Amino acid sequence: MKYLCLIYGNEKEMDVRREGENRVMLEEYFTFTSDIKKNGKYLAGEALQPTATATTVRVRSGKLVTTDGPFAETKEQLGGFYMIDAADLNEAIQIAGRIPGAKTGCVEVRPIVVFANPPA
Amino acid sequence: MRQLIEETYRRESRRILATLVRLLGDWDLAEEALQDAFAEALAHWPAQGVPENPRAWLVSAGRFRAIDKLRRRARQAPLPEGYEDLLRAPEEAFARAEELPDDRLRMIFTCCHPALSQEARMALTLREVCGLPTEAIAAAFLSPAATVAQRIVRAKAKIRDAKIPFAIPEGPELAMRMETVLHVVYLVFNEGYHGSNGSDLLRADLTGEAIRLGELLLELAPDPEVKGLLALMLFQDSRRASRLSPEGELVLLEEQDRGLWDRDGIARGQTLLDQAFAEGRIGPYCLQAAIASLHAAARTAAETDWPQIAGLYQVLRRCAPSPVVDLNAAVAEGMAFGPEAGIRRIDALLEKGELAGFALAHSARAAFLERCGRPVEARDAYAKALQHVPADGPQRRFLSRKLDSLQA
Repeated sequence: MKYLCLIYGNEKEMDVRREGENRVMLEEYFTFTSDIKKNGKYLAGEALQPTATATTVRVRSGKLVTTDGPFAETKEQLGGFYMIDAADLNEAIQIAGRIPGAKTGCVEVRPIVVFANPPA
Repeated sequence: MRQLIEETYRRESRRILATLVRLLGDWDLAEEALQDAFAEALAHWPAQGVPENPRAWLVSAGRFRAIDKLRRRARQAPLPEGYEDLLRAPEEAFARAEELPDDRLRMIFTCCHPALSQEARMALTLREVCGLPTEAIAAAFLSPAATVAQRIVRAKAKIRDAKIPFAIPEGPELAMRMETVLHVVYLVFNEGYHGSNGSDLLRADLTGEAIRLGELLLELAPDPEVKGLLALMLFQDSRRASRLSPEGELVLLEEQDRGLWDRDGIARGQTLLDQAFAEGRIGPYCLQAAIASLHAAARTAAETDWPQIAGLYQVLRRCAPSPVVDLNAAVAEGMAFGPEAGIRRIDALLEKGELAGFALAHSARAAFLERCGRPVEARDAYAKALQHVPADGPQRRFLSRKLDSLQA
């Protein structure tokens, strides 16, 4: 079963965190990523640029409307994600708990929908 | 025969469901299979007689009906992931069709999964593990039945869609999840012991079921709090024979015939409690069990060590605060230090509003008022308590009797 792990954290805290700490965290991410790649749980994963770079797009009355910033202003922002392959939610929770960002922010685990009749 | 099948349903349906969920790996399919199995029992048992092992018969009937259903479904739409295997080798897939002792424990851990809300865990366990009707669960939670029904539907959808496994957690996860399970087990016990359905005050089945679950948990994880909970349930259950008069009326703890108390149950509870205290790491269940053990140890009501009970309630208020614990603490203080103290404490709690709809708060207050020689106020308090008990049953009769005696 596929699960998307959405990593939320406070961007401002990321900014003020000392350079050295960020490097430690980055290394933790590299270790974690190569680990879940090795045991076949990794499907995809990316880090996102900060929400300052976000653009939100809507179509209203047939008109394309774009606004500056993320969909919602929240205390913690979506900063990256992993798509993992886990046997069940228990395993997904265990893997999500090892994502370095879970120690400072939080990780939302969402199962991926499997459509009964996928388009050809 | 119909009555016998209904009785079998009441006694066995939850075990059968747990086994079917494990075998089929699909909650909805298992529930349909359970209903189908009992429909088949209604069709066949009257002519063929009751099978030697009704539970095994029903599990088997249920699983065959589920296979039929999957076969029919397979013709119309592609099967979800994994079901081809069930169809290809049904006999092999169901080779382990016997109930495993862990099936109900698996069910409990699934129902108590931390990915579900606290309310959903309780509702789901009471519904699926204990087979309580939604209305009874709603009454226990003081929520509308529709809200509870919705909660159960959502929880089941999450179990299915997020793939919460039908499994007993392992390693460090186990301890964390045990706490929620204990809470739910105790709620089950209380449902049987106090009963939201007033006309059926002593549902020995449910209390027995909760104790059985407690014993199973003890086997799996002999944690001090598991022992504390089991001891607590045993102490309370030991008073079962004395809680109702021969006429089915409620008998207060202080008026109970202590000769009727189940001494074996008390001894077992005490052994467990002593073990738990020796191991340390005392939690709310051990504290409550310690309070219950002081009641059990008193040979007469007058010998009850109320000051120590009041002290234990103060500790309990700190480690597991709740309005009901507050009420019990207030009652214990009234018993230890005089009815005026009790009334003051209960009044303060009623003012906070959380207990206003709680019959026991009003009846405890009434009892203290009676002792102070204030019958008019006592009568008003009993009348208030009456507004918050089921329409019939021992609680209502008890309060009505009290009211009548004060009117005379």
